Amino acid sequence: MNVLKLWLKTVYSFFYKTAVITGLEARKLRHDPTEIFTRAVQPALWLLVFGQVFTRVRAIPSGNLPYIDFMTPGILAQSVLFIAIFYGIAIIWERDLGIVHKFLVSPTPRAALVLGKALSAGLRGLAQGIIIILLALILRVHLNFHPLALIGVALAVIIGSALFSTFSLIIACIVKTRERFMGIGQVLTMPLFFASNAIYPISIMPSWLQIISHLNPLTYEVDLLRRLMLVGGASTYGIGIDLAVLFGVTGVMVVIGAVMYPKVVV
Amino acid sequence: MNIVDTYSLTRHFGQIVAVNNLSISVQEGEIFGLIGPNGAGKTTTIKMLTTLLPPSSGKAIIAGFDIHRNAAQVRKIIGYVPQLISADSTLTGYENLQVFAKLYDLPRQEREKRVRDALHFMGLEEVADKLVRHYSGGMIRRLEIAQSMLHRPRLLFLDEPTVGLDPAARRVVWEHIVNLRDKFGTTIFLTTHLMDEADELCTRVAIMHLGQVAAIGSPQELKKAIGNGQEVTLDDVFIHYTGNEIDNGGNFRDISRTRRVARRLG
Repeated sequence: MNVLKLWLKTVYSFFYKTAVITGLEARKLRHDPTEIFTRAVQPALWLLVFGQVFTRVRAIPSGNLPYIDFMTPGILAQSVLFIAIFYGIAIIWERDLGIVHKFLVSPTPRAALVLGKALSAGLRGLAQGIIIILLALILRVHLNFHPLALIGVALAVIIGSALFSTFSLIIACIVKTRERFMGIGQVLTMPLFFASNAIYPISIMPSWLQIISHLNPLTYEVDLLRRLMLVGGASTYGIGIDLAVLFGVTGVMVVIGAVMYPKVVV
Repeated sequence: MNIVDTYSLTRHFGQIVAVNNLSISVQEGEIFGLIGPNGAGKTTTIKMLTTLLPPSSGKAIIAGFDIHRNAAQVRKIIGYVPQLISADSTLTGYENLQVFAKLYDLPRQEREKRVRDALHFMGLEEVADKLVRHYSGGMIRRLEIAQSMLHRPRLLFLDEPTVGLDPAARRVVWEHIVNLRDKFGTTIFLTTHLMDEADELCTRVAIMHLGQVAAIGSPQELKKAIGNGQEVTLDDVFIHYTGNEIDNGGNFRDISRTRRVARRLG
């Protein structure tokens, strides 16, 4: 009985502290929300320029969906990826200042620090998602507004942000300087984006690229969003597989992140 | 009673021995100063004692707990103000304190009171709801000390607590450090390379040079030992033991960090 009690208390404390870290990041965003809007410029360009043009030329097979519908979930996933993949910069910044030191000296489980940060990246992703959905409405994308679908989209955005931001945190803990990190961030984003089903179906890719795309978690993020966001949206792999991949990879990332995070101050 | 005991504590970074066979003891209630030139191993010592950095060999016991094997217990007992800026400039002073009150498991009923008390004690009530970005250097340091005192640690580590502050602000910080010890009985373990600071504040100092303790004792004892009946300052003691190399230590990274902190505090 006492063992159970202790265990429950530990679990509660873990999630409580995770929430404290997420809440802290949410407050920062509230004090200065400008970045949400500046970050929205890039996906807006993709939808308004690239999307409009390619819808017109019909160069990419998008099944029974208009191309702009097909690419909207891809662009949402892309902007989640782009925000999250540079999250490590904030980690390096906090380390250079000394903020990380203080958190690491507090009796907070390392995994709670990492997961709290990951979920806060999810909040940023959600803010981004709302802007993209508004843009998609203007572009007359056939969005699915069923409440369950909306909740599913929110969940997909949060888990995707958590996954890539933790990946970014791990890289930050390895490279440790802003300059090196920026270089690596630039190198990673485009391959992750293009080797996925974000703006074209995997079936039109050469086979070597198909293999890589199937190993890319972004593919499953896009697949999930495409199924949930659109009227008539279909999933290639099934919601179950998508969620299993996303949660599984995120879990692994958080565990690795918890081991790596304390090393950032060494 | 000793609150800190180190036994041949050693830390290598590759070929470099940053801390070499350090064996010191600190009594409960002392203000203990680790002094030495840049690169003497002061910060590395503090990082080991605060559980941020595992020792390469040797061990240290804090209030009965091994810093490496019982790190979680050690973290509950100690407070830490890093040399770098650890207050989050994008949050208010109040928020900075609240976060740590939560991470240190203060009961909900007591949290608000402790935070208000800490603000009062450090003379920060009027600026509590301002973003830390708008604080002066002295105010930031006081906030950081307040943050590290919320959970009433038995042992408080201050790494270069007055680096980058003007003489008036330094004096205010000194007063607060002494008050902490007098009011709560907190043992203070600080590092500094300012001899007047060590002379003014510390009940006992250890002069560190090239990772080892060159001399240890109260400032009076140390001055007497090399004075031969003449009037000497702690500066003279320092030069006597570190061999006139006051400005020889520190690599580019140390210097640029110290300057960055100084600039941000200035």
